[in-house]
Amino acid sequence: MNVPDYTVALVVAVPLLGAFLTPLVGRINDKLRNIFVIIVLVLNAFLVFLLASDVLTTGIKTYVFGAKDLTYPIVRILFEVDAMSIFMAIISSILVTVAVIYSWSFMKENTGLDKYYTLILLLTAGMLGMVLTGDMFNFFVFLEISSIASCALIAFWTNKGESVEAGFKYIVISAMGALFVLFAVALLYGQYNALNIAILSNVIQYTFLDKIALVLLIVALAMKAGIVPMHMWLPDSYGSAPSSISIILVSATLASLYGVLRVIFTLYGNVLSVIANFDIPVNVIIGWFIVALAIISILIGVIMALIQTDFKRLIAYGAVAELGYMFLGIGTGIVALGTAYGKTALDGGIFHIMNDALDVGLLFLVAGAIYYATKETSLDKLGGLARNMKYTTVFFIIGFLAVAGMPPLNGFASKLLIYESTFQLNPILAIVAILCSILLLAVFVKVFYSVFMGPQLPKFKDVKEVPKSMLFSMGIIACIIVIFGLFPEFIINNLVEPAANALIGYSEYISQVVVGGV
Amino acid sequence: MIFNIPYIAVAALILLGLYALIFKRNLIKMVIGITLIESGVNLFLITLGYRKESIAPIYTSSPGGVMAFPVPQALTLTSIVIGVAVIALMLSLVMHIYRHYGTLDVRKVRRLKE
Repeated sequence: MNVPDYTVALVVAVPLLGAFLTPLVGRINDKLRNIFVIIVLVLNAFLVFLLASDVLTTGIKTYVFGAKDLTYPIVRILFEVDAMSIFMAIISSILVTVAVIYSWSFMKENTGLDKYYTLILLLTAGMLGMVLTGDMFNFFVFLEISSIASCALIAFWTNKGESVEAGFKYIVISAMGALFVLFAVALLYGQYNALNIAILSNVIQYTFLDKIALVLLIVALAMKAGIVPMHMWLPDSYGSAPSSISIILVSATLASLYGVLRVIFTLYGNVLSVIANFDIPVNVIIGWFIVALAIISILIGVIMALIQTDFKRLIAYGAVAELGYMFLGIGTGIVALGTAYGKTALDGGIFHIMNDALDVGLLFLVAGAIYYATKETSLDKLGGLARNMKYTTVFFIIGFLAVAGMPPLNGFASKLLIYESTFQLNPILAIVAILCSILLLAVFVKVFYSVFMGPQLPKFKDVKEVPKSMLFSMGIIACIIVIFGLFPEFIINNLVEPAANALIGYSEYISQVVVGGV
Repeated sequence: MIFNIPYIAVAALILLGLYALIFKRNLIKMVIGITLIESGVNLFLITLGYRKESIAPIYTSSPGGVMAFPVPQALTLTSIVIGVAVIALMLSLVMHIYRHYGTLDVRKVRRLKE
């Protein structure tokens, strides 16, 4: 289906406009404001799906802000949407919409909700901008928009010392990371006099300065994605933020992960096969580096999850481990670029991005539901909740089985792809991955037992099931998880494969801008 | 050599900022560290855009001659605006931390444990 080019701009403009209208609508009525925000986000998700159907059938779509003709100097910003961008945009819009529906009941008792919803919409605009833009400096700007908005949301419960502390940690990390990204952009700009990803990618030489820029970009974005050893901020901020925010943060982190992919595959796509140092091609060096970080992430994430006593911090460490699985798939795909199993690994890694967002998101929503009902997140003090909270229990079972990669849920589909392809790279990697997956299952069985099973505690006798809006939003995600688990082929063929092909076939991304003369 | 002084200043500013961020125990000093890194990066962008004996790129009533390329200056302007927002947010968080913990020492602001 064909949509006009300006849909690309609308996808970012609608939440941005909605963000600044929200306080105005909020002055009339609180309920009206909630409905308004949900309508804005549903409309935006609809636009994203329209755009997706177009991009997936007709190919890359571009939209130019500024100079249309190529007279010098070219002052313009280009949005370039390929299958990978739209894949991430779909994840973001699903998660944000669900989180806002969840917030309706979850945040009801809080004040200052006008600002809360404004920040959520700004964060949405930032995330979508990051994944849709085709310009390095513009990427930095959207990165900063999303970091500022997410920091303010992490510290939203300013009456708690922990939230503010986590917010400060987050903003220090993101401000430093973003400045390094800007420094790398300046290095590239100084050499090639261009900011557009496609133009840069066409002329990149892999000089000494390019190597520095590559390292700065990968490290800064991987830090924002929360991979070990740069993960310290992640459990703090996921654990201290309101649950509805934790799920949006998951997708904000994944937008940074998208940045890593875009930098390696597209920006440095031309030089990946160059043999630089020690007679080894660049892609093997970068790939093994990422695989090593991924394995450490999986191990540390699972081991730290074992010893946690706080529900949300435990899930956050589980998220670190899941991030490791994504990077494992992607890293294997980079090492074995061009081979069949490398392609499978890349498919698995990309498919796991979506599955992780859904599974970990669902677990955060369950943790939030339990906090809402009992005002408690410590695992030692919870127990016997399955009697009173039947639906939440079912959702938790679906969530943790999916995270641990049990068939027939979606986590299994993507992890299987990762196992079978990493096994061909090195069997030890696959063994570690499978073992850690089993450990993750053990961790969550422990949580399941201590929170939902056991005798009914007297203080939780009057606990009631959470309100409908929260059940509804958890239900949406659980349904998607089950459907993805039952029909993984459909998703892989229609969304994941085009995304992986878009990453590998970066020359198409370049030719859209450089030869096509947009 | 004389033309390299801005680049040396860039390196010095960024390294000083990193030093302050890593080794200083006071939250305000950490914020100052971020500001230093930011100034370093901004100076780097501006230096990249400058050409020898060029003038500011203002077309009206220009005396003629080579103009500096305006794009890096536009980038720097954007980056400064973003920086102000980040610093304001950080300082407001520092204020809240002081209200909750009664101290600005990072070693004592540790309610979030492993």
